[in-house]
Amino acid sequence: MNIFIILLMFSMFLCLYRVGKGPTAPDRTVAIDTLGTLVVGFCALFSIITGKDLYMNIGLSWALLSFIGTIALAKYLEGRSFDE
Amino acid sequence: MSSTVGLILLIVGITFDVIGAIGLVRLPDIYNRLQAATKCVTLGTCMILLAVLFYAGFNSIGIKALLCIWFILITSPTGAHAIARGAHKCGVKLWEGSVMDKYAEDSEGAEDKA
Repeated sequence: MNIFIILLMFSMFLCLYRVGKGPTAPDRTVAIDTLGTLVVGFCALFSIITGKDLYMNIGLSWALLSFIGTIALAKYLEGRSFDE
Repeated sequence: MSSTVGLILLIVGITFDVIGAIGLVRLPDIYNRLQAATKCVTLGTCMILLAVLFYAGFNSIGIKALLCIWFILITSPTGAHAIARGAHKCGVKLWEGSVMDKYAEDSEGAEDKA
């Protein structure tokens, strides 16, 4: 199971590299969205390893919160305000 | 039996995740990166969650994994569409090797009519 954790951490670091380097703002937004989905997978892997319910709860709420964050950033990119 | 299926799903899912993350770094512009990142990583994470279902069975963990698959399949394409639209509207240029831009043609046509 350790190799799976290492591979997922490697993908997350690639996303963080794109967040840091990405030449435009939408690149960073895509990387943050991808990072959120990868964190959900990481929580699922942890719930397999430990057999606990807790990590699946974290993953479920992370999926919803990451979606709200992505939509907010996309509306900001379009140049609209949030109450439209 | 079910843990073998779970292990296979886990391996395939993590492979898709890693390939998606590599595509996010390697591809040339925002629209290509959106293709690699969103589709590969969504499928990979859904396979990891399905592996959770095979490992845990239909108890509280497995049902939450199914619910999480449903949420991700609904929200991830919506978010990607919103990001692509926002990027096009805020004026991010396409890669010079891109061959067509249907969204710009459509918006120009709408402006001509109006």
